[in-house]
Amino acid sequence: MTSASLPVPVPTVTEDTREFWEGLIRSRFLLPRCDRCATWVWYPRRFCPACGSLDTSWKEATGRGSIYSYTVVRKSGLPGWSEAVPYVIAYVELDEGPRVMSNIVGCEPDSLTIGSRVSVVMPTDEEGHALFRFQLQGESPQQ
Amino acid sequence: MSDVSIRGKAAIAGVFEHPLRKIPDRTTARIHAEVAVGAVADAGLSLADVDGYFCDSTAGFGPISMAEYLGLKPHYVDSTETGGSSYIVHVGHAATAIAAGKCRVALITMAGRPRSAPQGMPAPAEPLPETTFEESWGMFGIAPAYALAAQRHMYEYGTTSAQLAEVKVAAAHHAQYNPNAMLRDPVTVEQVLDSPMVSDPLHRLDCCVVSDGGGAIVVVDAALAAELGGRCVSVLGQGEAIKHTDNGGTDLTYTAAVESGPRAFDEAGVTPKDIDYVSIYDSFTITALIAIEDLGFCPKGRGGEFVQDGALQAPHGVLPFNTDGGGLCNNHPSNRGGVTKVIEAVRQLRGEANSEVQVPDCELALAHGTGGSIGTRMGSATVILGRSS
Repeated sequence: MTSASLPVPVPTVTEDTREFWEGLIRSRFLLPRCDRCATWVWYPRRFCPACGSLDTSWKEATGRGSIYSYTVVRKSGLPGWSEAVPYVIAYVELDEGPRVMSNIVGCEPDSLTIGSRVSVVMPTDEEGHALFRFQLQGESPQQ
Repeated sequence: MSDVSIRGKAAIAGVFEHPLRKIPDRTTARIHAEVAVGAVADAGLSLADVDGYFCDSTAGFGPISMAEYLGLKPHYVDSTETGGSSYIVHVGHAATAIAAGKCRVALITMAGRPRSAPQGMPAPAEPLPETTFEESWGMFGIAPAYALAAQRHMYEYGTTSAQLAEVKVAAAHHAQYNPNAMLRDPVTVEQVLDSPMVSDPLHRLDCCVVSDGGGAIVVVDAALAAELGGRCVSVLGQGEAIKHTDNGGTDLTYTAAVESGPRAFDEAGVTPKDIDYVSIYDSFTITALIAIEDLGFCPKGRGGEFVQDGALQAPHGVLPFNTDGGGLCNNHPSNRGGVTKVIEAVRQLRGEANSEVQVPDCELALAHGTGGSIGTRMGSATVILGRSS
């Protein structure tokens, strides 16, 4: 079973991404979307790389998707993570289109397959920092 | 072929690979100096002849720090940073500068000591925009990102761990003949599969070595190459490309080699079938396998099948590869493999590779680098070199 309580690293919040991280604290998975061509933008930035527009707005995404690829990390020397192995790093293809890197939590690593359906979870730490991860759809919510 | 070409306008006259793999007692700058001196001597030149200087971020403040340390007074500089492919970019840029008459003797150096003095990239004053979206997930080193690519390749094309292991087996077969190689013991497919899993599906023996060291290359104009004689190797074509996550459109099944390769082949006027020897960056077994497909040595998705049955083993395999032992066994100075790729290709074309792995009648060689990460974003560069006639 992968740990449901992986470290919650403090994100680097910038003027480009403040709304994204603040949205997670309120359990809202907000992504930038281009005002001109309606393309979803990933990683979050205040710019549309599809059409070059400087104007984007924050829109709520479904938080659902499927696993595009994943790896089970068996050896880690990172503080806080070395004792959490094995854990899963994956690319999740959101239903909105973008493939985003994250963790898959609350499952047996060997139960995962490419294509598995997943939903976002938004764990927070004691200081109120939030992060987004994914779990298999149909599992009871894990933070 | 495009009208403006570097083909035949420049040649590699000198190369030098630092012989050590652990260097606790010298500075990185000193190693730059040692490989610079080695490469200009190999060319039959001196540092005073150098009028172009090319380096990556291992050299300090752009090209300025090492120009000062080495006493260079270059007319032309370039510190393009594309990670481990930088030096293959530099060979192309040096040839372009030489073709334009901007310089005549271009020196490329790199060095680093990740084994003796582990250190990451210097923290930028302002965070890179992508970093927090990739480093919040327990990304330990770069293996997990390459593992993501390997896993997807297996899913789409049925590639197996045993096929990936064949890449390591070939590298180890070659390394046994290289007295400077860090790992000199031959390995079997079973030994790769039995080594500890680092990040599924990559085992420990799918990963390259961590070594101190460095390398240097001297590129000169064709007229000077003619004076210097037959050990010069012609630069026939070069291509470079960047592939990134493309606004969440990450496709892990290919690398920027799909663009850098054809650009290099087009400029050289040759095809993959014409190539006698390849140096292909092998930070992991999957790095080399995907590049072999992307460069056109086999159809996309058939790399696993292609590397079986000793295809990569010199001297008689279908595609002799990394005859120094590559990054997997020989050397991966500063966690960057591109410079040694060029150096071994030059040795092959000169007929100076270790005799057990020298490809007979080696006329055309390709060196390819992948810098950054195939799991996210990368700079790929390909150069095609030819034996001087």
